[in-house]
Amino acid sequence: MSEAERGWPLWEVFVRPRRGLAHTHAGSLHAPDAELALRNARDLFTRRGEGVSIWVVPAAAVSASSPDERDPFFRPAADKPYRHPTFYEVPEGVRHL
Amino acid sequence: MSAPEHAPGGAPWATAALALGDDALILSHRLAEWAGNAPVLEEEVALANLALDLLGQARALLSLVGDEDALAFTRGPEAFTHVRLVELPRGDFAHTVVRQLCVATWQELLYERLATGASPLAPIAAAALPETAYHRDHAVTWTLRLGDGTAESHARTRAAAEALWPYTGELFDPVEGLDEVDLGALERRWRARVSDVLTRATVPVPGGARLPGSGRAGEHTPHLAALLDEMQSLHRAHPAASW
Repeated sequence: MSEAERGWPLWEVFVRPRRGLAHTHAGSLHAPDAELALRNARDLFTRRGEGVSIWVVPAAAVSASSPDERDPFFRPAADKPYRHPTFYEVPEGVRHL
Repeated sequence: MSAPEHAPGGAPWATAALALGDDALILSHRLAEWAGNAPVLEEEVALANLALDLLGQARALLSLVGDEDALAFTRGPEAFTHVRLVELPRGDFAHTVVRQLCVATWQELLYERLATGASPLAPIAAAALPETAYHRDHAVTWTLRLGDGTAESHARTRAAAEALWPYTGELFDPVEGLDEVDLGALERRWRARVSDVLTRATVPVPGGARLPGSGRAGEHTPHLAALLDEMQSLHRAHPAASW
């Protein structure tokens, strides 16, 4: 990492591929401010026509769940199959369910 | 190859297509030199994108004149008609940014005008306009940050503007096939826009006269021969090589 990059904060980039879809995390990059982060994101993540909208968020502003908390966070959901809608019969011929 | 001696094939707009195509080709090569050398990875990709946009414009313009590969890879320095501004070494990042500001602002104004014309240049200019607008936007963004940044970045930006300014007059030299363009008006609008950006970036607008000579007449700096030496080396070693 260069001297300049070390001084630049990290930004998380979200790209919306088309109208109607949600923004999806595309990756991250370094930039000195939000304006340049948007431009860098345009060049790094949408140069092959991948998107119609970009969000950039300072990586420092993202609160993430910690790997240590994985069990209390996620395990209680694992043994509750009744939370999955798998007990319904899907009538034949229904396509958009 | 359709044009012996690479002379444009008769139509007046062919001279203009060659000149503008050479501008795009040589500037593209200078920008591509940043690959592997840019100050940060993100900017390296941005500069490579600008270079690829310009290469696409060069291909379209040179193809109007003759065989694009023959024109790019077999002409000597004296047969190129780009402005000398684009052949100068890339210098530091401030030099590259200020040159982009000068050229992209000019290209945008010129392409806007050409896009409304009736020559074969019109569809190429229209297609290139959104690219050129982005190139200008990128250059303005960086000029403001560098000029109004640290003492070091300000000094470098100011030095770049003063070094490049004497070459900018060539952008408004008459070119056969651009008769529909009012070059005087173009130059006034260009000066207003570039001066506005430099002033906002706290960089004094350089004065001083243009250098004698013009790249449009095939007069070039020694830097061009070195550039072509590299750009044309693969073609010389492997004529007609393809991917």
